[in-house]
Amino acid sequence: MNLIVARHAKAEVEREAILAGTHFMSGDDACAEGAIAAGCRFYAGYPITPSSEIAERMARRLPQVGGVYLQMEDEIASMAAIIGAACAGAKAMTATSGPGFSLMQENIGLAFMTETPCVVVNVQRGGPSTGMPTLIGQADMMQVRFGSHGDYAVIAYAPASPQEMFDLTIKAFNMAEKFRTPVFVMSDELVGHMLERVVIDPERIELVNRKRPHVKPGEARLTPFWPFEPDEDLVPPMALAGEGYKIHVTGLTHDERGYPAATEPEVQERMLQRMLRKILDRREEIIEFEELELEDAEIVLIAYGSTARAALRALRLAREKGLKVGMLRLITPWPFPDKKVAELREAEIIVAEVNAGQMAREVERHVRKPVYRVNRLGGEPIHPEEILRKIEEVA
Amino acid sequence: MALELRGAPREREVIVEHHPEDELLREDRIPHIWCPGCGIGVAVTAYIEAMKLAMDKIPLEKQVVVSGIGCTGRVAGYVSIDSYHTTHGRAIPFATGLKVANPELEITVFSGDGDLFAIGGNHFIHAARRNVDINVICCNNFNYGMTGGQVGPTTPEMAITTTSPYGNMEDGFNLPYLAAAAGAVFVARWTTLHFRKLRDAILHAFSKRGFTFIEIIAPCPTSFGRPNELGQGLDEMEWYRESCVIDHRANLKEIGLSMKKDSKIVVGNFLDIERPTFMDRYQEIIKRAKGQSSGGR
Repeated sequence: MNLIVARHAKAEVEREAILAGTHFMSGDDACAEGAIAAGCRFYAGYPITPSSEIAERMARRLPQVGGVYLQMEDEIASMAAIIGAACAGAKAMTATSGPGFSLMQENIGLAFMTETPCVVVNVQRGGPSTGMPTLIGQADMMQVRFGSHGDYAVIAYAPASPQEMFDLTIKAFNMAEKFRTPVFVMSDELVGHMLERVVIDPERIELVNRKRPHVKPGEARLTPFWPFEPDEDLVPPMALAGEGYKIHVTGLTHDERGYPAATEPEVQERMLQRMLRKILDRREEIIEFEELELEDAEIVLIAYGSTARAALRALRLAREKGLKVGMLRLITPWPFPDKKVAELREAEIIVAEVNAGQMAREVERHVRKPVYRVNRLGGEPIHPEEILRKIEEVA
Repeated sequence: MALELRGAPREREVIVEHHPEDELLREDRIPHIWCPGCGIGVAVTAYIEAMKLAMDKIPLEKQVVVSGIGCTGRVAGYVSIDSYHTTHGRAIPFATGLKVANPELEITVFSGDGDLFAIGGNHFIHAARRNVDINVICCNNFNYGMTGGQVGPTTPEMAITTTSPYGNMEDGFNLPYLAAAAGAVFVARWTTLHFRKLRDAILHAFSKRGFTFIEIIAPCPTSFGRPNELGQGLDEMEWYRESCVIDHRANLKEIGLSMKKDSKIVVGNFLDIERPTFMDRYQEIIKRAKGQSSGGR
């Protein structure tokens, strides 16, 4: 049994593990298959609606491909366990929903601080608190950005279909490995439970593994290996537990050797600036969005996840009525596509989302003017007609 | 100068080039943060000596230490092996992920009583139940030392701390009893006075397959000793010498610790059994899963 897929710098696609073909599959199941295709061989989680199907499929599938499913005592332990597994070299994932996501926040900070690649899936439901466990919400979009304490940079994807649950879960693993950081898949109940066509073609899958140290442990005496000394891309190569590098990894502020420097503000400045910049300086290669009929648009819809499907329908209905409507679908809500959104400031903007207006605030920050909003507080998706009514009101 | 302030002996000052444990210490991180008379250093030395004695069977690159937060949580920062200093209370689930992902590693969780049994208590019982093949060493000094000596989950009844100024109204955990009930395969308790017994217990824990637990009773003269009039670290060691009883066959139910006058501290290697580990059983699960269909459901 070998879970340590990240031992080599070159990532191999394990074709026999991938469920190739065309399937009629739920978003949650597609997410689990995406993880397995990405090389995930360790899953730790705790049952929670509406993400439990991911855990169930991982429990069934991982042993088939030589991986481990571990059902932990809570989401705090789940997050800690995937960081531990990733430090040993596994590609590791957990999935949850609102209450569990809240419990994971402290260790999400640990993953960022220790630069440990891992993937966290949040199939959002209505909140706050226990809220509406079986029904849709999109109200954790700010929590994923700011939920843990301290400053950090986030990469998050918002899939809008089961196919994207598959594709973006693979991408989340690749980005986690590339940047040595936790990456989030911010799905929602509707996409998680929706059944749709999912095409899985192993030939089209490309994988990334984390960078490995440039010196061998034996050579480390001559050229000291410092586990947090970055390359030019600001990402340090990652040594795994048990390789002989004698690394120290801590959640305390630390220098390039990994040694605590919890009373040295200049080390904090250097360490944290690098950790933020390794992601934010390269946000143009991370940011993804879909543009629809923006060329002549006087009104622009901005939406993500399942709500983007309703927005697309509203766009079609509005175009039939001769209204010049376009749409920007956020695929990475974080890093936020700031430049693209700023370009849209001449248009009237409508942000539709199943929360009280979370991403709308971020949009307003970049277009520097108030935007129109279509919101629902959870429990029911936004209907295309509601968005259409807003379009007609604005037009 | 710094050493003098830290209470090093002035009259017979002995300066040596190398500490006998340098090989396994991160010299460049010394001086450490622990107070004079603290028991954690003794516990670390026992751990290091055990690793040295086990070297022919377990190479040092396979030894990994995981700590939580607190004074004992800093152990990971001083030992020169792969070492992980995690979040408060979460060393055990972190270690669980590490071990399951790479079963070749010999993983020891080294942390304090507050970290392992208050904020991390749930993880402790579940890891023991699962029988994850890790070692847990708890330095029990009966209080939260790093934050200034607050009451904790092992503080004995009526002990004085900064947050139990009139005496602790709660009973402390009886840790060996808890560990045995939760499913540990090896359970021991020693004090920092019993250095060789402690080192041998750790060595035995390395050789065991499954979840092992060693409680180390350790002085904390600064934060716990002072309010409870236990004197300096050495006085506390003297107290251990007077009140410890070695009884490997003790009834675990009856070995809870007390501050009452003339009460005994029962120490020993209390439990040593065999039970299939998490990974033993998981190998069977993998066989079953591969025997069934491949791909999907």
